[in-house]
Amino acid sequence: MNTLVCIKRVPETGARISLTADAQEIDTTFLGFTISPHEECAVEEAVRIGGRATVLTLGPRAAEEQLRNALAMGIESAILLETDGGDWGPEATAASIAESVRERGFDLLLFGNEAADTGGYQVGVRVAHALGLPCVTGVKGLEVGDGGVVARREAGGGWEVFELPLPAVVSVKEGINLPRYPSLPGRLKAKKAPIETVAVSPRPSRLEKVRLVVPQEAPSSVEILGDGAGAAPRVVEVLREIGVVAS
Amino acid sequence: MILVLAEDDPVALEALTFARRLGEVEAIAFDDVDLDGYATRVHRVRVDGYAPVAWAQAIVELAPEVVVAGGTDRGHEVLAHAAARLDAPLAANVVDVRVDGDVFHLTRQRWGGSLLEEARLSGSPKLLTVAPHAVAAEPAIDTPAAVEEFAPSLSDEHLAVRVARREEPPAGTVQLDKARVVVGGGRGVGSAEGFAILEELASLLGGAVGGSRVVTNLGWRPHSDQVGQTGARIAPDIYIACGVSGAIQHWVGCKGAKRILAINTDKDAPLVAKADYAVIGDLHEVVAAIVAELRAAR
Ligand SMILES: Cc1cc2nc3c(=O)[nH]c(=O)nc-3n(C[C@H](O)[C@H](O)[C@H](O)COP(=O)(O)OP(=O)(O)OC[C@H]3O[C@@H](n4cnc5c(N)ncnc54)[C@H](O)[C@@H]3O)c2cc1C
Ligand SMILES: Nc1ncnc2c1ncn2[C@@H]1O[C@H](COP(=O)(O)O)[C@@H](O)[C@H]1O
Repeated sequence: MNTLVCIKRVPETGARISLTADAQEIDTTFLGFTISPHEECAVEEAVRIGGRATVLTLGPRAAEEQLRNALAMGIESAILLETDGGDWGPEATAASIAESVRERGFDLLLFGNEAADTGGYQVGVRVAHALGLPCVTGVKGLEVGDGGVVARREAGGGWEVFELPLPAVVSVKEGINLPRYPSLPGRLKAKKAPIETVAVSPRPSRLEKVRLVVPQEAPSSVEILGDGAGAAPRVVEVLREIGVVAS
Repeated sequence: MILVLAEDDPVALEALTFARRLGEVEAIAFDDVDLDGYATRVHRVRVDGYAPVAWAQAIVELAPEVVVAGGTDRGHEVLAHAAARLDAPLAANVVDVRVDGDVFHLTRQRWGGSLLEEARLSGSPKLLTVAPHAVAAEPAIDTPAAVEEFAPSLSDEHLAVRVARREEPPAGTVQLDKARVVVGGGRGVGSAEGFAILEELASLLGGAVGGSRVVTNLGWRPHSDQVGQTGARIAPDIYIACGVSGAIQHWVGCKGAKRILAINTDKDAPLVAKADYAVIGDLHEVVAAIVAELRAAR
């Protein structure tokens, strides 16, 4: 098996988001960076499937950090499609990824269901179309067999099961597995691993960001029902008022 | 033509309502859905089982100028295929749109709804999905929808990926996104065993147990319990959040709750500020006392 996993570097936001003064980006002065939980699971899945696994990202030089984290989890090699930093949008991202991997003979191309930040829900499908490969999204269970995969996804409380021949594109969701923590030797090895870097240049996008806006939450006024166990009678009163306890 | 993918899902009626802002709406349906009041014309397509590329191909053959779908798993998947085939742009989880000649000025969700993006969508055709619950479904057309059979020319290529079979959940499972009461646990619960008392409270209230990403990542709970950006969006009458700090990625999953009760040792936790009710204290003591109180009252 020759597997590719595509990941995207995003800021690790916490309890609230602040924007830069021009409202073009999240202010990352005090933030670290990460990848989507869906993509962490895609990396784990590639490691579990075994064989040869490659991780790829399209992004700035700094995204080497996310590639090395994937290498530390057990991925063999890494490709950086290096940009000058701005977000490309899903069409251009997919076109560039498809072009770069077309000749590399991957059997399975894993994506996250949606990127954590822009949530475009399409790069995997567009890459599949460009390469003429079958594709399924939202996958939370994957079995790789002889020449094909069985993919399961949640639907209406149950599961829908798809069978695809390889090569194929699969977009996964968090929950497909529980990602491992990278081992110390894994981290040390990843630190020195070579990263294949290819410079890529942007193409015009038909979905253009104008500005970002932090949504206004309706101001809330919290009623403190009490401190510690002594608050229980008041809590039960409230549950009765709401009508979730038979009175 | 403004074509709306009408899935057998309430979100489809929201998408139809939203799409009326763009002009007269026609629908494409792969199931028997009643769209009276929502569309003038319905193109009814018969495909045996869900097959995303076949659905996309049917949309492509109708040669629409705009395609709209609800922001569901299928809505996103089918529109991504249609966009790829049409070589057209797709904007996901749109909450607002204004037409300005050939350009759509739209607002869409990023970060699962924690952040909004104002964007320009240009080119033709244009595709977009509507974020669930961005608008309320409202019928507006007096004449019944004219339903016409439409048979796209499908080949094996379009039907290669399709649902091979369905597996049903065990009977009696309370679905997290449908539960009237959700008792959620975060890192503050401390261990997998710590959830026993939360289970007890949930069962006394006929609800479901949920959790933060921390507790699913630590293996204390299965991922199907996770509430948030990469988990379930819940909408119960009350969400009782125990030892959950309220990171935005959790908040976007639980803000649909009618009421939130936060139980936290830290009175400054973000979720305490955003909740309707709060109890400040150790969740183990507080939840045990609530359970005892509910039992005593029986
Ligand atoms: C792209 C992305 C997607 C994400 N998706 C999700 C998602 O879907 N769902 C999600 O939940 N998170 C998600 N996260 C993670 C999120 O950012 C937070 O890390 C997570 O929600 C924190 O979980 P927590 O509240 O349980 O833990 P913490 O933030 O550690 O909070 C623990 C809380 O428990 C309180 N506490 C401790 N002990 C007690 C006690 N004895 N009694 C009462 N209170 C106590 C503390 O005061 C604190 O407020 C995502 C992150 C990223 C980057
Ligand atoms: N810049 C990028 N580099 C590598 N992979 C990406 C990039 N952007 C998106 N992807 C992949 O495509 C998936 C879906 O992204 P999107 O369609 O933008 O929501 C992500 O989860 C990643 O797996």
